Amino acid sequence: MSLLKRVLPHPWLSLSMLIGWQLLMNQVSAGSLIMGAILACLIPWMTNVFWPNPPRACRVDRLFLFVCRVLIDIVVANLQVAKLILGPRRELRPAFVLFPLTLEHEFSISVLASTISLTPGTVSADISADRKTLLIHGLDVGDEQALIEHIRRRYEQPLKEVFECSKR
Amino acid sequence: MLQTVIIFCLGIMSVALILTFVRLIKGPDLPDRILAMDTLYINGIAVIMLFGLYLDSNLFFEAALLIAVMGFVSTVAIAKHLMRGNIIE
Amino acid sequence: MSESSWVEWVIAALLLIGSLFALIGSIGLVKLPDFFMRLHGPTKATTLGVGALVVGSMLYFSQKSGEPSLHELLITLFLFLTAPVSAHMLAKAAMHEKLRREPRTRGEPWDQ
Repeated sequence: MSLLKRVLPHPWLSLSMLIGWQLLMNQVSAGSLIMGAILACLIPWMTNVFWPNPPRACRVDRLFLFVCRVLIDIVVANLQVAKLILGPRRELRPAFVLFPLTLEHEFSISVLASTISLTPGTVSADISADRKTLLIHGLDVGDEQALIEHIRRRYEQPLKEVFECSKR
Repeated sequence: MLQTVIIFCLGIMSVALILTFVRLIKGPDLPDRILAMDTLYINGIAVIMLFGLYLDSNLFFEAALLIAVMGFVSTVAIAKHLMRGNIIE
Repeated sequence: MSESSWVEWVIAALLLIGSLFALIGSIGLVKLPDFFMRLHGPTKATTLGVGALVVGSMLYFSQKSGEPSLHELLITLFLFLTAPVSAHMLAKAAMHEKLRREPRTRGEPWDQ
């Protein structure tokens, strides 16, 4: 276990680098697999110092569900934003909203912030110094409380289940 | 049929590029211009992909990927420069 | 209608949708009144637009060569990973510069 840990400090990162290399080569052959394996071992090992403690993803099946949901939301959100942009701009109601975070791990917070930036009319603008509040800018916010509830139910809860299940 | 559609799409993309260029010139502030540059390079990727389809060549993929990488790095570097006054801390 | 022409229709639709979304993103960039609202156009519409274009090109080359050509996915993946980061950096820079906001914006950004 400890030897494996030393050779592959970030197994998921190594796996995605191996897949990424195959995609870059646009084929799966013995040569590209070997080269990809070498790179997938070397690069995480060399950059080990820069990586923060990775969270333990304990519910990988939920993670897939979450990714699918976000992808669908991105498409729906884009239709909404397109409608907002093409519609009359006098009717837009922009707002800065404070979102109180319940996630604790830095990695899951950054995943949540990226998700917020990619989905309906919201961009995460800043995070407070104590990592407790997220500042969100919304393009057309009718009700701040409803937006916070929506994000909490739809994105934060699944992320909590995926990354922080051991703490509960 | 596909050739006609690709030329039509290239026309749409040219309009999009001109619009981003308008914002790039008008400003009014530096972050606006950076945002316009950001959009400009993403639209540039789209144009290159369309051109690759038009010429029926797979070679343009590397160019598009390189533009994506370089554009991201430069956007972050300039935004960081605005915030702190220096890029490498 | 043969099968290849069916695929061609799908590719054409994807290309059109992609470039229309990119156009909408640019329209948003020009039309919306303040910086924070302009930020929404490019980060979402343009990213999805290029995503659709890339999927169309992927389908085209897969159908042409007869074997899956997936490497264009890397561009989409990269754009989807980096768009939130650059949006975040730009928003922070704009708050640092204390850019003019639309007067009807509710809530306050923080001092940097």
